[in-house]
Amino acid sequence: MSLLNYTLKYLAFALFGIINVWAVIFYVNMLDEVYDSLDDGLDNFKMLIIEKASQDSTILFRNEFAEGNYEIREVAESYAKKIKDVHKDTLMYMPYENDLEPVRLLTTAFKKNDRYYELKIISSMVEEDDLIEDLFYALIWLYIALIGSILIINNFLLRKVWKPFYSMLEQLKDFRLGVNNPVGSVKTEVKEFKVLNDSLISLTRHTTDTFNSQKQFIENASHEIQTPIAISINRLELLAEKGALTEPDMETVGRVIQTLERLTRLNKSLLLLSKIENRQFEQGELVSLNMIIKELVLEFRDFADYKEVQMNVEESGELSYYMQKDLAVVLLSNLLRNAIIHNKEGGTVKIAVDRHFFNITNTGSAQPLDGERIFKRFEKSSSDKNNTGLGLAIVKAITDMYAVTITYHYDGAHTMTVSFKT
Amino acid sequence: MKILIVEDEADLQDVIRQSLEIEQYVVESAGDYTSALDKIIGFEYDCILLDIMLPGGNGLELLSELKALGKSDNVIIISAKDSLDDKLAGLNLGADDYLTKPFHIAELTARVKSVLRRKSFLGNNTMILGNLKLDIDERTLTVNGDSLALNRKEFDILTYMLVNKNRLVTRTALAEHVWGDHMEDADDYEFIYSQIKNLRKKLKDQGADVEVQAVYGIGYKLIQL
Repeated sequence: MSLLNYTLKYLAFALFGIINVWAVIFYVNMLDEVYDSLDDGLDNFKMLIIEKASQDSTILFRNEFAEGNYEIREVAESYAKKIKDVHKDTLMYMPYENDLEPVRLLTTAFKKNDRYYELKIISSMVEEDDLIEDLFYALIWLYIALIGSILIINNFLLRKVWKPFYSMLEQLKDFRLGVNNPVGSVKTEVKEFKVLNDSLISLTRHTTDTFNSQKQFIENASHEIQTPIAISINRLELLAEKGALTEPDMETVGRVIQTLERLTRLNKSLLLLSKIENRQFEQGELVSLNMIIKELVLEFRDFADYKEVQMNVEESGELSYYMQKDLAVVLLSNLLRNAIIHNKEGGTVKIAVDRHFFNITNTGSAQPLDGERIFKRFEKSSSDKNNTGLGLAIVKAITDMYAVTITYHYDGAHTMTVSFKT
Repeated sequence: MKILIVEDEADLQDVIRQSLEIEQYVVESAGDYTSALDKIIGFEYDCILLDIMLPGGNGLELLSELKALGKSDNVIIISAKDSLDDKLAGLNLGADDYLTKPFHIAELTARVKSVLRRKSFLGNNTMILGNLKLDIDERTLTVNGDSLALNRKEFDILTYMLVNKNRLVTRTALAEHVWGDHMEDADDYEFIYSQIKNLRKKLKDQGADVEVQAVYGIGYKLIQL
């Protein structure tokens, strides 16, 4: 629910209540005022009639309302004495409306020439049901008008007043660590927005700084490690070259060099993995995976021959994807290398390329692998000492980065399927 | 041939110097930006090995200085950073090659020789050892004047071994040089052996007076018989 609708919902309920209460009070007050004014009018009329009666005695014999609004009847003294001025509501037949209509009636008595008279004066009254109806409609219109104007004003306000807020919201939504800049400053007069903006700026800046220094640290650490490894390997190579060592010593030196080379590979893989996960690769280009597969198959041929593994490429479509070429090569070479290494003598590696996916199927162990665990870092079968355990983690990181899906399944042979959304 | 090593890591400097001195080069070294600049201004070198991250300045700035001085010394950048940007920047500034740490001594020797060869014998890219004559551009090999056909891998192996003649070439260095970076991780590089075996047989059958010897547990060495 948007901010606009949210505030409107509460305002609508609140206004409904307020207007209802207000309507009741207003109605009662207004009616009271109407009675008051009517009664005052009747009292005034009474005085006028009595005054007139003293000049013109004929009106003393008007004992029916007829076309006038008063009647006078002579009454006994005792009766007249009991009469106090009484205002009350009553109904009277009105020929115009052809119905009984409410009227205000004043009953009073006066004395003239020692004779007593009862005087009744009427005044036509407000029709309460009409009044209520009118009031009801007026209130409905008021309610609609209020809600409508709030909607319009709120909408306008949202656009105007909340503009900085939405601008910050947009920036925050687009904010990606390591990809774009921290939230920038937004021009606003509103104190709360200023505070929010300042907080956002310092928060995103701090996060970016931390991220960058972390990134820098991993990179620098990896690079710093490279130099001592380089020195160690080179010194051992020089030592072996001198030829002063016995054969067993040479073998030991060879082993140490191999271990150091493994360390180098591990270090490089970690650096690559952190680079991929930190999105430090530039935008790519349209890469033909068919081409890369064919090139790699050629490069791996000697290795596959040595392992006595047959490699076949089946192309049933042209697969091109927008990605970094180096990463495409890493992705494919890691998968191919695995398919060759984890194979058996006389086994096969089948690479099938279609328009939207490629499959790499290899023979190998008769045991299916755990499709979840194989993509985890340092997840490896204990037997292969040269494996860094990062090959498939790197593959997974690359596929995640390009929103490509990779799945593993086993049906007598191991198959890796990489599907592209092209 | 005079070579300058610009590298702040004293140990690495020492290793590179030792290795290059085996090849009979005159080697000088500088450990920081200023002393490197002094040497570059004062002397002529056939090849400069240049580290990018230096105390007191950036190696790439030295390249610009070199250019500004109008010197045409060959430069090989040696850097711990395997970044495409740095590589392109370096090559654009006139560096001849880019080598990422850690590297094998055999690879360094090969790169230095390749750079020097390009400078010294413009166009004449042949290597001669004993009765072997190898033309790098034409990719042909003659033994005793008779041509010997080698496949692509065998030729690359032989070239690499010839550049590093009498020197130890580790299996990894050979694999990375000939088969490319994708082969790293690939088991024990035992697969190289079959190529070496074929090469040895061809050379022997043709009566070549060089031999690829196995250095137990580490790699190979090409020697003249």
